[in-house]
Amino acid sequence: MSAIQASHVYKVFGRRPEAGVQQLERGASRAELRDRGLTAAVIDASFDVEPGEIFVVMGLSGSGKSTLIRMVNGLLPMTAGEMTIHGHELSGLSASELRRVRRENVSMVFQHFALLPHRTVGENVAYGLEIQGMNRSDREAKAAEALAMVDLDGWGGYKPGELSGGMQQRVGLARALASGTDILLMDEAFSALDPLIRRGMQDQLIDLQSKLDKTILFITHDLNEAMRLGDRIAMMRDGRIEQIGTAEDILNDPASNYVARFVADVDRTRVLTAGSIAEPPYAVLGAEQGPQAAHKLLREHQPSWLLVVGRDRTPKGFVWEDDVAQAVRSGQRELPYSAVHEMHTVAEDTPINELFELSAQHLAPLVVVDGQGRVSGVVPRVTLLAAAAQANGVDVPDETAIEEDQQQMEAETA
Amino acid sequence: MTLIETIIPRIPIGKWIDSGIDWIKANLDALLDVVSDGGTALYDALTWLLLAPHPLIMVAIFSLLSWVFRSWRLAVGVALAFLFIISMNQWTGAMQTLSLVVIATLTAVVIAIPLGIWAAKSDTVSAILRPILDLMQTMPAFVYLIPAVTFFSIGVVPGLFSTIIFALPPGVRLTELGIRQVDSETVEAGQSFGATGWEILRGIELPLALKSIMAGVNQVIMLALSMAVIAGMVGADGLGKEVVSALATVNIAKGAEAGLAIVFLAIFLDRFTSALGSPADNSSSLLALWKKRAEQRNRVATAA
Repeated sequence: MSAIQASHVYKVFGRRPEAGVQQLERGASRAELRDRGLTAAVIDASFDVEPGEIFVVMGLSGSGKSTLIRMVNGLLPMTAGEMTIHGHELSGLSASELRRVRRENVSMVFQHFALLPHRTVGENVAYGLEIQGMNRSDREAKAAEALAMVDLDGWGGYKPGELSGGMQQRVGLARALASGTDILLMDEAFSALDPLIRRGMQDQLIDLQSKLDKTILFITHDLNEAMRLGDRIAMMRDGRIEQIGTAEDILNDPASNYVARFVADVDRTRVLTAGSIAEPPYAVLGAEQGPQAAHKLLREHQPSWLLVVGRDRTPKGFVWEDDVAQAVRSGQRELPYSAVHEMHTVAEDTPINELFELSAQHLAPLVVVDGQGRVSGVVPRVTLLAAAAQANGVDVPDETAIEEDQQQMEAETA
Repeated sequence: MTLIETIIPRIPIGKWIDSGIDWIKANLDALLDVVSDGGTALYDALTWLLLAPHPLIMVAIFSLLSWVFRSWRLAVGVALAFLFIISMNQWTGAMQTLSLVVIATLTAVVIAIPLGIWAAKSDTVSAILRPILDLMQTMPAFVYLIPAVTFFSIGVVPGLFSTIIFALPPGVRLTELGIRQVDSETVEAGQSFGATGWEILRGIELPLALKSIMAGVNQVIMLALSMAVIAGMVGADGLGKEVVSALATVNIAKGAEAGLAIVFLAIFLDRFTSALGSPADNSSSLLALWKKRAEQRNRVATAA
């Protein structure tokens, strides 16, 4: 069961908003509604967030993303549609039932932290627990625990005003974690922080998520942030969700011109992974084979190397054509594994911007392995450069240009 | 009949109000008596409390309170000013006026803060209250004295009544303003953790609006003090009565002394109550020093 499920959710502000929804359903545009004095903030939004997922809603200001997130915990009532939290429908809940959902299931982190300046950091973190009715000593212990999670142990006695922006937002995060809900709503949580601190907070969130396995709905206007954090991303524009998919789906297969133009500026080298650009290793040799078999394969396919793979599909090493020819001539029985160009493996989810240096150090292609250490592909230098060139918006003209690049790169490393 | 009289008929609004007042007097006399007796009793009790100890003890108490909530500088100033009041032989009048101001202020605040909260929550209430508050504040203060005397005859209660009406508006306005100014995201944070409206009001809105509310209370007190003098005209005891009698006998010396005593009282009340609203701004107060020490102990405890 999905943690959060929204289906055909609408939010229209103004007088008689239901009539606005009907007009939208009949195909009226946002501008037409504006002429009638209605603001269509969210139009026909449907999405599911699975437990343990970081789901990012990405859009510019005015795209309706802040309105959308506020309908998930009922801070704003929906005009039409259905929103369920763990299968329980939100609309139709009484005020006190809705408060119970907020206390027990969904907590929120705010853009401008929204800490209470007259309370200490510890009391701020314990706020949700206090509302839940937990006694003082228990909630103080839990607050200290949550502060330790965000590396703020010992800051409980200070006032929020005495902390830096990044620390204040960690208090905001600790407050949401302390309340013990399994769903976390983060409304532009890192947008008010400067870029360096923002990056650190993203790392910390990813790190925490790997330990806590919460369901996170994250709102941002920063595409790089969305790509870094999101297991899946919903692209929002003018109140509508244009596309939902992984970062790679959105980059490689944008659903609309808007999304395509939007992602044009993204530094793809950070988003594309070794797994996504790897080529199937066509020149593969079983580890139990000898130099004769290697020689035959090399003659048939004309590559300069072969990847040797064991029965369990783990990579054993490369053999190069010169070494194979030598071994055949000298009647050697063992495969002549290359000593000079030893093999280097990388995980599938390594961003390609981390591959350049490795690729420069190793003449042989990088071997991409999956979680069990089995070969899932190879990244020859040519492939990497082509991906990087495409990523930066350069059309790759022909092979010679790549060759030149490669030579230049070798010259630089040498 | 002139042209103007034919076009615009005479609306006898004054007469209507007069008959309204008469109706209240005739039908709610018992209630008015209760209010009158209660007000007098409260005033007498507080005045007795302020005048029973030796004046020097009271000066010491006022001075110490000033130090606790503001600074030793205010404490010294208050001691000197109040000793000066004693030496001008205005102590009794000053304590009677203080008593009147305190009762009027407390009553006004008890009415003003809930009204202000209500106005902050509801635009309709706010729109209805605004012209009424304007009227209460701009109507010449003397005008309130006339029905007040009709209701409660001569004495301290008509003075209290008109003082409360005159001093109430800034309390309502600044409470409303303070609550409306609370950052909406902070209120949302309260809601998002499942707090009820009452929990948000008590735990978030009121504490964050405190500075503004206390500025309102400060204004209420200053208006009450200015009205307390006028209350002297209807027979309320205190410095106001001294001023009125000095005016009647053209006694410059007496008028000046009573007037100075009012000024000293006003300065004390202003500085003291503004310190109550923003304890953080008074780092040299005894209260701030105690708090600082307690916090340091806390930090050492949590760090350990």
